[in-house]
Amino acid sequence: MSTNDNHAHPHPVEPILPPMHAQDPVPPHGDHGDGHGHGDHHAEHGGGDHGHDGHGPTSFWSKYVFSVDHKIIAMQYLFTGMLMALIGGFTVYVFRMQQAFPDAHIPGFGVVSPDQYNMLVTSHGTIMIFWVAMPVLIAAFGNFLIPLMIGCDDMVFPRLNRLSYQIFLLSAIILVASFFVKGGAFGGAWTSYPPLSAKGAYNTTSLGSSMWVVAVALEFVAFLMGGINFVTTAMNSRAPGMKLFDIPIVVWFIVIASIMFMASVGPLFAGAVMLLFDQQLGTAFFDPVRGGDPVLWQHLFWFFGHPEVYVVLLPAMGIVAEIMTTFSRKKLFGYKTVLFTAVATGIIGFFVWAHHQFIAGIDPRMASLFTVTTLIISVPIAEMMFVYIATLYGGSITLTVPMLWALSFVAEFLIGGVTGIFLGAAGADIYFHDTYFVLAHFHYTFFPIAIIGTFAALTYWFPKMFGRLMNETWGKIHFWITIICFNGIFIPLFLTGAAGDHRRIYNYKLFPEQMHPELQDLRVMATVFLVIMLATQVIFLYNFFSSMTRGKKADANPWKANTLEWVAPSPPPHGNFAEMPNVYRGPYEYGTPGRADDYYPQNIPPGAG
Amino acid sequence: MLERFLHAGSTYARDIDGLILLIFVITGFWFVLAEGIFFWLIFRFRKRDGVPTQYVTGEEKHQKRWIAYPHYLVLVCDVFILVAALRVWSNIKIETPPIDARIRIVAQQWAWSFVHPGKDGELDTDDDIRTVEELHVEVGKTYQFILESRDVLHSFSVPNFRLKQDAIPGREITGWFTPTETGTFDIQCAEICGVAHGLMAARIMVQTPEAYAKWVTQGGPTSLVAASNVKGPSAPAGAPKHDGEH
Amino acid sequence: MKPIATTRTVIGMSTGKLAVWWVIASEIVIFGGVLASYIMHRIGHPEWADQAAYTNTWAGAFNTLVLLTSSLSAVLAHQAAERKEGKKAARYLYLTCVGAAMFLVVKSIEWSTEIHHGFTLQSGGFWSFYYLAAGIHGVHVIAGAILMIWIAQYAKKNEELQRVEYIGLYWHFVDLVWIFLFPLLYIAK
Repeated sequence: MSTNDNHAHPHPVEPILPPMHAQDPVPPHGDHGDGHGHGDHHAEHGGGDHGHDGHGPTSFWSKYVFSVDHKIIAMQYLFTGMLMALIGGFTVYVFRMQQAFPDAHIPGFGVVSPDQYNMLVTSHGTIMIFWVAMPVLIAAFGNFLIPLMIGCDDMVFPRLNRLSYQIFLLSAIILVASFFVKGGAFGGAWTSYPPLSAKGAYNTTSLGSSMWVVAVALEFVAFLMGGINFVTTAMNSRAPGMKLFDIPIVVWFIVIASIMFMASVGPLFAGAVMLLFDQQLGTAFFDPVRGGDPVLWQHLFWFFGHPEVYVVLLPAMGIVAEIMTTFSRKKLFGYKTVLFTAVATGIIGFFVWAHHQFIAGIDPRMASLFTVTTLIISVPIAEMMFVYIATLYGGSITLTVPMLWALSFVAEFLIGGVTGIFLGAAGADIYFHDTYFVLAHFHYTFFPIAIIGTFAALTYWFPKMFGRLMNETWGKIHFWITIICFNGIFIPLFLTGAAGDHRRIYNYKLFPEQMHPELQDLRVMATVFLVIMLATQVIFLYNFFSSMTRGKKADANPWKANTLEWVAPSPPPHGNFAEMPNVYRGPYEYGTPGRADDYYPQNIPPGAG
Repeated sequence: MLERFLHAGSTYARDIDGLILLIFVITGFWFVLAEGIFFWLIFRFRKRDGVPTQYVTGEEKHQKRWIAYPHYLVLVCDVFILVAALRVWSNIKIETPPIDARIRIVAQQWAWSFVHPGKDGELDTDDDIRTVEELHVEVGKTYQFILESRDVLHSFSVPNFRLKQDAIPGREITGWFTPTETGTFDIQCAEICGVAHGLMAARIMVQTPEAYAKWVTQGGPTSLVAASNVKGPSAPAGAPKHDGEH
Repeated sequence: MKPIATTRTVIGMSTGKLAVWWVIASEIVIFGGVLASYIMHRIGHPEWADQAAYTNTWAGAFNTLVLLTSSLSAVLAHQAAERKEGKKAARYLYLTCVGAAMFLVVKSIEWSTEIHHGFTLQSGGFWSFYYLAAGIHGVHVIAGAILMIWIAQYAKKNEELQRVEYIGLYWHFVDLVWIFLFPLLYIAK
């Protein structure tokens, strides 16, 4: 096996094998508490890495509810996230209807009172970020993809993995329960600034506010735990031969996102404890009357809040990279550049947080500093976008449904990116802060991340997850209507924001400058497009669920992609691979010169196939 | 450009609008360029039978240049925007021009109240004029405002002036503005402050020197009349009282 | 049934150790947030020194000594584990737990005395931070002790001896946090 491969980073012919028996002594032991019913045959596997087919759990409870299999846990996160998205979608339906038809009776809800309006916008933001974007992009796809894409059989700590989901589920239950307690759900915005959030006398939702804090804090704990698995598994459990730069970008990006999350959430976790104490124990961490400082919360919140946007962005961009390379049959342009820009963005991202606080009463000279860092961060992000666009050059592009989503991510995120400049430039932010311009900006980033990224990933990996193909035609219909409606919602909101519409206002009737008929027309337009878009999701849901049982059967690699998850059967059994794969090249060897096929999977030995 | 939506009614409103226009032009250029190239590439390299893909690593120098040059250009554009933004910011938030008069702005759940200097022209004297929900100022004069909150965070926002400043309980935060056109404009609260955040409306009356002088001589409160013209609570319901606010 | 994934160590560090470092890193950020907030407040409120005067420096110093000693016994436990002397390692782990218990007893006496004198969580900014920071630290002491006892059950049977090193690492971290807390809460007066 001494032939050379014709590609940019030649591998040694003999892949470097990790020690088969780790420094950890792994004695046979009998803890079968999770119902696996295995014998002590682990030590006997010795020289060859074999899969575990036929040794999986058997009862419904051990298979689907208390499973420690990363794929099942991924599904648990995915379906919980999708369910929370229904709630998040319902909240926005109600409050946008209120905006379009103030004080009308909203079908399915009733008349919206001012305090309910605040609860709805708060719940929408909180749910979409913490209980939809993060669990779906990071926990669901991270859990599903990482072991498969690095060629091993599960995460390193399966029971910790299960525990992280259980804590996550608990956090979701607490959050939803807060809607039904005395006083109702917290209504002080997802940013929860004290003193409003700290004192029941101010916010009128004493119990709901604390449940909100507890739910968010538990969600943080769940993701910190999840991160343990993502990082250690991706670093240590890679298939023999998979060097650092052979790791698929989506895995890298989920790992970097986990690191960023871990490095940024600590202070906010501390802040959440402080806020909870202020709410329930009468402390004064954020009470200026008794020596506290409300702005401290803002710093703690945004020190996390800004890196958080990159925490969700990176997995989405990773997903887009996988799809764009597969359906343009092209190497990713500059793999190392992509990694470098992601790391640069991640690091700089820790130094921009106060751009959320320009007019909050911070020292204005500090604001100048943060304008500098915020504008600097546009450089690596722009570079990342350029590199993705360059990947298309010389390709052979097919516009499958996943590819449509992936490409639309790029096109729409560009709008989000450039509109951020208006807000990062402190002088302009004086005008735009707290207007719908900000809202439209972050929806042009978050929607591509959380919604487009999710649809891209779901339509792409559906065959792997469920062994069947989704319907392409309905997929395209769903795509086009959703994308057109998405723009129809938020372009009007850029305009109303520029015209002075402030956020979190349930009715503009007291503000004559905001009561121009044209502005109301724009608000109605946004709402109409939203309602159509929400209704269209029925198409996706039907396609998704019916294809699971009635879709055309898919083989292991329907897209003819290179990465290791496509080696496993569709769907992969417990243990993933019949025989653990070895890796001989990078993940994006498409169009490799000298090959008959336009793709070259990572696990095919050189000279074979 | 923003003028299309909302008049620019203060000296620095024009500066801010100018900055926004600059950013619009620069980002607009990049946006159109990037999207244009993006869509062209999708079209140009759509799958065609018999046309294989090219093996482009993006690691070679001549390939990297296509990314490197644009990204340096982005950096240059950023510097332009940065300089303009910092100048505007500094002028409004860091420097203070010579002040003609001072006013106090008090935010609370859920109303704005104001303290104007009375006939003696001095703030914090006995003849100060206190109003609720309407702020009277004279066109062309430079005002310093002293902003405070009685309870939670609020934010004093006058879109027509392109003015915004958060109010923090326990602090007095100062800022300034110079109105350039007469008229009556909206004051909004720009930081969610509870149930009636959207009901915390107020109006700023920019008057000619004569009209303003007349208002001061009358001792101010047309506010009782004006307040009844504004729908919504003119006194905050159940707002907690503090002793020793600041 | 451990997955094959657990047997691989591509980067050369055992997965368990990597995981412990990850946990420690996330805890550094959490405690960092608490301490940074406290320090910022202290700088802005010089009058807090008047309140800080009431903390019991001797109790704090004694507890510092206790924790340092318990870290020593954790090191000895690790050494025993390296030599595959599981029973000995377990005994040293129990000794470390004794240290933890002493720490907690001293702290309870401290706190009840202070509360008796009217210095409660709500007594003002300094005391809020005092109880918050030391409280979160105390929770980690308790958690560490519980984990140690659990690990000792395996170690005494010479099983999973690598975990002795991991809990030792965690314990050193808990100790280190106290090394920061002690001057900030007890010495800065």
